[in-house]
Amino acid sequence: MLASRSVAGFARGASKNAQVLRHYASAAPTAAFAGQKGANGKYTVTLIPGDGIGPEISESVKNIYSAANVPIEWEEVSVTPILKGGKTVIPDTAINSVKKNTVALKGPLATPIGKGHVSLNLTLRRTFNLFANVRPCVSIKGFKTPYDDVNTVLIRENTEGEYSGIEHEVVDGVVQSIKLITWDASERVARYAFHYAQSQGRDRVTAVHKANIMKMSDGMFLSACRQVAKEFPAIKYDEDLLDRVCLQITQNPKPYADRVMVMPNLYGDILSDMCAGLIGGLGLTPSGNIGRDASIFEAVHGSAPDIAGKGLANPTALLLSSLMMLRHMNLNEYANKIEKAALTTIAEGKTITGDLGGKSSTKEYTAAIIDKLRA
Amino acid sequence: MIRNALASAVRPALQARTATTLSAGFPKVASRGPTKYGGIYTVTLIPGDGIGNEITDSVKEIFEYVNAPIEWEQYNVSGMSSSGEELFKQAMESLRRNKVGLKGILFTPISQSGHISWNVAMRQQLDIYASVVLCKSLPGFPTRHDNVDFAIIRENTEGEYSGLEHQSFPGVVESLKVSTRAKAERICRFAFDFALKNNRKKVTCVHKANIMKLGDGLFLNTFRQVAEEYKHSGIQYNDMIVDNTSMQLVARPTQFDVMVMPNLYGAIVSNIGAALVGGPGIVPGCNVGREYALFEPGCRHVAQDIMGTNKANPAAMILSATMMLRHLGLDNLANNIASATFDVINAGKVRTADMGGAATTSEFTAEVIKNIQ
Repeated sequence: MLASRSVAGFARGASKNAQVLRHYASAAPTAAFAGQKGANGKYTVTLIPGDGIGPEISESVKNIYSAANVPIEWEEVSVTPILKGGKTVIPDTAINSVKKNTVALKGPLATPIGKGHVSLNLTLRRTFNLFANVRPCVSIKGFKTPYDDVNTVLIRENTEGEYSGIEHEVVDGVVQSIKLITWDASERVARYAFHYAQSQGRDRVTAVHKANIMKMSDGMFLSACRQVAKEFPAIKYDEDLLDRVCLQITQNPKPYADRVMVMPNLYGDILSDMCAGLIGGLGLTPSGNIGRDASIFEAVHGSAPDIAGKGLANPTALLLSSLMMLRHMNLNEYANKIEKAALTTIAEGKTITGDLGGKSSTKEYTAAIIDKLRA
Repeated sequence: MIRNALASAVRPALQARTATTLSAGFPKVASRGPTKYGGIYTVTLIPGDGIGNEITDSVKEIFEYVNAPIEWEQYNVSGMSSSGEELFKQAMESLRRNKVGLKGILFTPISQSGHISWNVAMRQQLDIYASVVLCKSLPGFPTRHDNVDFAIIRENTEGEYSGLEHQSFPGVVESLKVSTRAKAERICRFAFDFALKNNRKKVTCVHKANIMKLGDGLFLNTFRQVAEEYKHSGIQYNDMIVDNTSMQLVARPTQFDVMVMPNLYGAIVSNIGAALVGGPGIVPGCNVGREYALFEPGCRHVAQDIMGTNKANPAAMILSATMMLRHLGLDNLANNIASATFDVINAGKVRTADMGGAATTSEFTAEVIKNIQ
């Protein structure tokens, strides 16, 4: 008994070593936070307030953080594109700040349509190798939707797939768009998914795919997931067809509460917004972009120029995203405290913003959360 | 279709024959219509894998009871192993002869060594380019959403399902999505014709042209051009990005009427749509082209897990079969069977497990037969 166990243990150790050698560059967890506290005992985090309602909701988050004594110092930067060498680019100060701090919180950015510059989000994604997009969706008590029991986590590969941007018109009226799947990117996102599942106490990872049709591309994504799964024996692994997942989450999202879903780019894009729809839209959904060089947490809703500056905006999405950031930085205690205060404020329904059916301003809502923190 | 069948359930005397025959708007290029000898149509029947046998048995039983002028040419093709290829070819020949078929879903292996999807191969080889799926809330079966009523028109023959993939370097795979103007145009035309004939008000184009600027851009631009031609008819049109569409579908599904989209988005949207109204067991569908029409459940699931347990809901297959009857011009028969099926669902006494009941497939079938006038 003892002997056999030690043999097994040895074998496992051996295989682990082999893995480490093989995947040195991407050994788990690639994107773990490695920031250091400054001289004042605080972590510095880059804050990109964004456009439209961005400054108001960022202000709200800042106030809540100082009330909760979170050991974070904000470094505010603007990413408004500037002209450099005839091209519009993100200012270097912003890039350098994120590079230095490795963590950033970002408000909504207005996307200028048809002005010929690459989307800012895409630029950020490329600059910092943001390879995984994490989208948790949890039903918010106090905001009624047809679904009460949503608790999903979805991790989306963020750099390739259908969004490779490789397209060409072969002859007039015939276009080929290339979906690019690489082993390395698939393995990297799968590894992060397992790591996330482990750290957030979810015991199953489900790979969502369409490998019955796209046998090679989605097939390779799956085999990368299977390979990584072997390194996480405590976490169950299974695979499900995209069709079935869409059907089952919409019918009853409850069974998905125990797992992390991981999938290629396009499926993740569609499913993450679908899950957001289940809990009431993008105004309540946090999002994190995990990268090799930095991680950016953001509100994925629009910049709502129609209500900008009126003090009516709902800061919840940005606040929840910032809590993901705290957990990424292993400041779980603060995250839990603020989360509780925010969610009870919404659940009570007395001081909530207009989009949730209340009458309060951003400031009143923020103050209510701060009261809860101090209570 | 559901809409008409529901209407007929309320008003038994159906007025003038509406264009339920989906191919009605298309010039018949075929030299002859469906195979018909002595007033009897020959129809190819492919039960498919999983629950296919049970739910097609149910259709056969009902057709026998009403003495439908249909003779089946059955092929028990199975996608569980590649050895069925010979039979698959015979089934295709039969479909080419008869021009009309009723089919369950064939299993497709995930492994790379397995055969390609025969479901897709059928659609591509017969060029049955338009998939029509109807999602409508049933008054007798409340779900989380009320008053859902939309049609999903999905391009069936190209896009992500081209099957063109290669590994250009170990660990780097390219999968081609092919989009053509000709196919985009005919599916958009189909959607507007469908809207016109079924008295629908709005057509929504679902796309991802902000990312796939050329591929989906071609689809979207073609859609806009076609829409321009239908302007006089007063049908509204808009477009929506696919991720937003799926979010809107689960939050406010009543805003949709007719939706038209490339292949892969159709798979996603039809599954969300089916889930909104009560599941794959009650959503019928069909695939039509200029020459052939193949009817199959709208939400394409093999349901291997409940195979052979007599638990499957045959409603989707029965309703697909009634769509087939209308396609053949047998409207009265179709309406009788469809209203009986809806009566059983709405009465709520005999329900299969997927709808929260305990009835078996055969009990449901017997109840439908009992309700046929």
